[in-house]
Parts: sequence; structure tokens; C-alpha cells
Amino acid sequence: MGGATHAKRVACAAAVALAATACGGGGDDSGGGSGAGGGVLSSSWGDPQNPLEPANTNEVQGGKVLDMIFRGLKRYNPQTGAAEDMLAEKIATKDSQNFTITVKNGWTFSNGEKVTAKSFVDAWNYGASLKNNQKNAYFFGYIEGYGKVHPEDGSKQSADTLSGLKVVDDRTFTVKLTQKFSTFPDTLGYPAFAPLPQAFFSDHAGWIKKPVGNGPYMIDSYTKGSQMSLRKWDKYPGADKAQNGGVDLKVYTDNNTAYTDLMAGNLDLVDDVPAAQLKNVKSDLGDRYLNTPAGIIQTLAFPFYDAQWNKADSDKVRKGLSMAINRKQITETIFQKTRTPATDWTSPVLGKDGGFQDGLCGDFCDYDPEQAKKLVAEGGGIPGGQVKISYNADTGSHKQWVDAVCNSINNALGNDKACVGSPVGTFADFRTRITQKKMSGPFRAGWQMDYPLIQNFLQPLYYTNASSNDGKWSNKKFDGLVDQANKETDTAKAIGLFQQAEEVVRDNMAAIPLWYQNGSAGWSERLSNVKLNPFSVPVYNEIKVG
Amino acid sequence: MGRYVVRRLLQMIPVFIGATLLIFLMVNVMGDPIAGLCGDRQCDPATAAQLKKEFGLDKPVWQQYLTYMGNVFTGDFGTAFNGQEVTELMSTAFPVTIRLTVVAIVFEVVIGITLGVITGLRRGRPVDTGVLLVTLVVISVPTFVTGLLLQLLLGVKWGWIRPSVSSDAPLDELILPGLVLASVSLAYVVRLTRTSIAENRRSDYVRTAIAKGLPRRRVVTRHLLRNSLIPVITFIGADVGFLMGGAIVTERIFNIHGVGYQLYQGILRQNTQTVVGFVTVLVLVFLVCNLVVDLLYAVLDPRIRYA
Repeated sequence: MGGATHAKRVACAAAVALAATACGGGGDDSGGGSGAGGGVLSSSWGDPQNPLEPANTNEVQGGKVLDMIFRGLKRYNPQTGAAEDMLAEKIATKDSQNFTITVKNGWTFSNGEKVTAKSFVDAWNYGASLKNNQKNAYFFGYIEGYGKVHPEDGSKQSADTLSGLKVVDDRTFTVKLTQKFSTFPDTLGYPAFAPLPQAFFSDHAGWIKKPVGNGPYMIDSYTKGSQMSLRKWDKYPGADKAQNGGVDLKVYTDNNTAYTDLMAGNLDLVDDVPAAQLKNVKSDLGDRYLNTPAGIIQTLAFPFYDAQWNKADSDKVRKGLSMAINRKQITETIFQKTRTPATDWTSPVLGKDGGFQDGLCGDFCDYDPEQAKKLVAEGGGIPGGQVKISYNADTGSHKQWVDAVCNSINNALGNDKACVGSPVGTFADFRTRITQKKMSGPFRAGWQMDYPLIQNFLQPLYYTNASSNDGKWSNKKFDGLVDQANKETDTAKAIGLFQQAEEVVRDNMAAIPLWYQNGSAGWSERLSNVKLNPFSVPVYNEIKVG
Repeated sequence: MGRYVVRRLLQMIPVFIGATLLIFLMVNVMGDPIAGLCGDRQCDPATAAQLKKEFGLDKPVWQQYLTYMGNVFTGDFGTAFNGQEVTELMSTAFPVTIRLTVVAIVFEVVIGITLGVITGLRRGRPVDTGVLLVTLVVISVPTFVTGLLLQLLLGVKWGWIRPSVSSDAPLDELILPGLVLASVSLAYVVRLTRTSIAENRRSDYVRTAIAKGLPRRRVVTRHLLRNSLIPVITFIGADVGFLMGGAIVTERIFNIHGVGYQLYQGILRQNTQTVVGFVTVLVLVFLVCNLVVDLLYAVLDPRIRYA
């Protein structure tokens, strides 16, 4: 020990000229000090894109916070993804269209206010109302009266509240939907359906500065753009109390820096291990690294508005291209097994009972150059002689895999110019081109589930004119099966119908499934019991410090 | 002198307007910023239209520009997409970056000029050759390599410093990032000073000063250095603006939440208000620095007069 200290002192002296910074700091200030009652851990974070309102947060970074400070009617089990009752005592329905929801007794917000039926109804009305600019407003689209508070054409809204929501008493409210939707209760674990305290409406600016919710943590301080300190809420009434003293979320611009900080002992948890470090992660962290499936699937979508891609035999070309992609090789070499080759259009996190069907894609998702060549030729060849795969070049390492996919296609088809990547500078521009239907070939499409239901992997992506049907694919048979499935009150039967619909997607190859994405996390020696939920967010309240 | 300053200040107006207009157009050409706000899905058209209206994006570009400029003159730089006022972003970002820039400039001035003088006075000696070689290496290695390497060595391998800067970015944590940021300019300052000193050493006034019997120290500092500093000052002055805007790479490596971070995020999210606001301020900084440099000439060399 003495020798080490001595060496350190000498080293420090030598470094003075270079950088007279905190010598002797080293590892002992890791994790931002000690809060009362259990250790506090520090975790990497990104600046949320939108204000932290539940109905306005549609990305993981904001979602992380909401998951800590809010609890809704349902909560998705961090392991299985199953929707379980949280604040809901009972959600009763006879016809899958009219629901009576009873809220549990004894829940409060961290400012002491009681969570009542009104807390939910007010929050949902706020989220749906067009004038509040909430980006998740469409989640309330099934509730009666949505068209009036959120007219689709952007004209002036004729009502401020949803006519389908009625407060019955302190703990009961009713929901009337515009159509039968059997799995509606299971969607209620999505953060957009969280209850809101009155302070949200009476002092909105103040609430945004320091949000108040009903979850196991409360926000201690929030410096926008750099750090948020969350502390355990001791009076939290739920069963899933925080097992640590709190969490300090630190904003990192670059996940490489976060990883370096973890190595140096300045950070406890990184939930996005940079691609460049995947090779070293085993030797750096050993078993303090986690790589589990998340509810994310990557696909290649096609522009069905382009006649060239929507001919009678075009499905053969799409199937051929799918068979020309060596998914196994790409996921192993480029992604270091942090992606799993896709064999259907959903995600393994749904589980077999939830509708995930391994191998539903069949031969069409297996690498078979011979067959690929044959199918593409039968389908009349590649439109325009060349496939251009569009992607946004600013985030993710999309360029690498797009180039690899093209390589694979070129090799399989024996044509050097069969496929080429076509980068678009920014994500916003990429989205603009998609919404303006300017794509002339396949393009990158990623889908992160909102809630772990097979419905969420199919309807928003392939239903005619659905919100994320970027390729504008339209199929009467598919639409019919989805409608039927939504009406079905028996869950198992409903899932069966959704799987039939998925088979329609396969037979037409509406999009080429590429791979399921995993969530990854690495942590310091201070932590134990680190897990990722199906949304690839760490289950903060279960982490133990020390 | 006073009239000169006024004239220069007036000249700034067209430069300022031109620069902001260019930036405004460039950001607008990148496409519809609202499209990127809803993740991998289409914003529902009603909300998108509403957001466009709120940010004024539904109007023609020239009108957006005029409104924006009108607001800027009343001190309103608009609101970023995450609901924060751009002025609020500036008030957190600029102090950090200014601190970082000051550290970098101090390095440039102290180490750069000292080494420059030493090598300039000992041309051809081992010290001179050694320093020249080191500066050559520094200039040819990109900043992000130097930054990452030092971060890894000092921060992780040896544990002398924190690899990243904490959110309040105190001065002592900024020393290494400041050095990295300054490194390339530092090398240029050394070379510039060296050449200038070496050249002026043979001039008549130095010979006169020595002949007068002045002590060597006084000859070097009062006569030789003062005259040799003009090109160096020009360089450092221009560098102030350059360092503030060009700190993106360094700020990313060390996770400093300064101007570079805000600009990077603004560009990524196509946030016109943030990008134009920050660049506008940077343009102003650049212009003022240039003016100060020009005024410093007169201080250093009495022969230069402004009318």
C-alpha cells in the first residue's frame, strides 16, 4: 500500500506540469457521495428530446425518468414483460369496448396528493388535447371523442375533454372506446397513461422544472442538459420500493466517454455500451455486463407507393433480397452478437404465449444465394437494376450494417452493383423524406415497441395508413385479420389471429426482417442485481449498491 | 482612434446580418425538423401542424428570418424543442466554454510564447530542433487522437484525473481538456514566435539596444519580444473565436456541456433556434476579437496609428 501511494505521489508530481488536477482522487469519489439510507448510484443518460411530460415522451432517455417517478394502472413485469396490475384494482369489461376501472386505495403522489380517478382522467384529457402538442396523443385515439379534441385535419378542436372518459367516484372511472379492443387494458402500462397531480395543471412551468409523480423515486434536483438527481421516496406505497438510496443520471454526449468513465470508476452504470467497445467488454467488465433481448426489431421497408416496387411479382424480388442477406454473419461480425437474426416480425421478449413465433419467416429469412438469385430473376429483376438502401448517417452505426447487407446481396446475386447504401445526413431529414414519400428503394426501419403486445408490432407498422406504416403497404386480408383480432375477447385466440395476420406480412414480404436488437449494460463493482427490462431500460429500483 | 472604432463597429452590421442569414438558410435547407421529433414514426399530422405553427415553421423562410432577427434584437433567441429558452441554454453553456477557452489561451500564451522565445534565441541548437520536432508531431496528430489518448492514459490507466468533466466544470478539471484544445494552436504559436524572434534578432534596433549596454533580459522582453509579437497576437486573437466554436470535438471527448455540445445537439435535432442563436453569438465574439487584435497593434507598435 505504502509503495503504491509513493508511486502515486511521484506520478502526481510529474503530472503537475501537464495537468494539476485532483491527484489522489482516483476511485474514492465514485458515484456522487453517500445519501442517507442506502448508496446512490450514478448512471449514464442522454438529454431528453422533449419536455418530461408523460404523454410527450417517446424516447428511451425521457422514458427512463418516467419509469422511476411514475407508476400507472399497469406495469410491465421487468422480466417477462407481462402487464400486471399496479394502481389498478380492477379493470372490468363485458364487451371489450366499455371498461370500468377501479383505482387502488392508499396511493399518493410524492407531494402528498391522493391518486384518484380524476388524476387519470385529467392526465389523459391533457394528453389527447391537440392544443397541448403532446406527441403521444394518438395513444388516446381509441377513446371516444378523440376526433373532437384532436381533429386529424388540424382544424380547431371542438372539445377539451374526451367524451369517453367519465369519473364515477373518487376511485372509479369508465372508459368508452370507439371500437372493440380486447387488449386495451394491457396497453395501460405505457407511460402516456400515467396519472398526473393537480400541480401539473396549476403550475405547469414549475412542474416541468421539477416533475412530481407517484413512483418509487422523487426528483431531488434537475439541471437540464447535464444532470438529474433522483432519491428514494421513503413513503412510496407500492411493493416495488427502491433498493438503493437514489440514482444520479448524468448526461453524456458520447457513449464512449461514459464507458471510459465507467472504466475509471467515475460512473456506476452504462446502459449503452458503444459498438467500438463490444470486443473488449468481456475483458474489461467480466460478468458485470449484460446483453439481453429488447423489444426492438430492425427491418427494411419498401416504398409501396413506387409502382416499380409494387408490381404483381414484386414480392418475389423482396423475398429474394431477404434470402440474399446473411443475417448470422452480419450479427456476429458487425454487432458482436448484440443482435439476433430475426425469424419473424415481432420480438422474443413477447414470449411464446405473447405471440412471438420463432421461425415464422421460414426459408425466406435463411441465407440461400441460389434461391435468392432465382427468386429475384423470377420477380423481374431489381427495379432500376440497383437496390439503394437509405439510412440516416448521424446516429447509430447504420452505415456499417447497411454496407454489410449490400455486400451480402452483391455476393449472393453475383453482381457488384446490385446493392448500394444511400446515406441521408440527419435523422430529421431521413424522416422528412419518408413522410413525403420520396424513397425510391428499401430503407432502414426500426421499431421499438410501446408495450409488449404482438398487436404493437403489427398494427402500427402494416395496417393501412397506420402511423408508422412508412412504406404505405396496404392489404385487405391483413387489415381484416387485425380488426378481427382486436375484437376477440379471448387473448389466446386474439394472438392466434394476429399471427395469421403476420403470415400475410410474410407471404407478401411487406418488410424484410433483419434482426432483433439487444439491450446492453455494464456496471461497476459497487452494484449488484442489475437487470434490463424489455424496453432496454435498467430496472433501477431493484439495483443494490455496495 | 474613437472614430476608427465606431467605423469598425458599423462594419460589423453587414457581416453580422450576412452570417446569420447564411446559417439560417443552411439549417433550413436540411429539411423539416418536426419530422425527427417523433422517433421512428410519423408525427400525427395535426400535432405536427400545431408544432410548426408554434415554432413559426409554417411561414416562408424570409419571414421566419425577419421575425427571428426582430426577436434577437429584443434579446429573445427563441425556444429549443425541449422547451428550454435558448438564452437559458446560452447562460449555462457559454460560461463553461469561456472557461475552457481561457485555459487554452493561457496555455498558448504562457507555454507557446516561452518556448517560441527560447527556440528563437537558440536557433539550430538541440533545444530548438527538439521543440520543432515535437510541434510537428502535435500539429500532424488530430485533436481527437490526442484527446482520447491522454484521457485513456491519465484518466483510466494511471487514474490521475477524472476522464470526464463534471457538470459544473470547475477550472481544475478543465486543465487537460484545455491543453488538448490548445495543442495544435500552441504548436503554431511556438513556431510563429520562433520565426518572428529569429528574424528580429538581427534587426538594427536590437543591435542598438545591445550596443547601448542594456541588459540582455531587457533587450529581449522590451524590444525584441514586443516587436515580434504582432503576428502572434493576430493569430491568438483569431484563435479565441475559433477555439470557442471549434471545441465540439474536445467537448464531446471530455463530456463538457458547453457551446460545442449545444451546437452538436442542435444540429442533430435540426433545432434552428439553438444553432442560429449560438452561431450568432459566436460571430459576434469573432468580430469583437478581431477588433481588439487590431487595436492591440497600435499598443505594441507605436508606428501604427488609426484615424
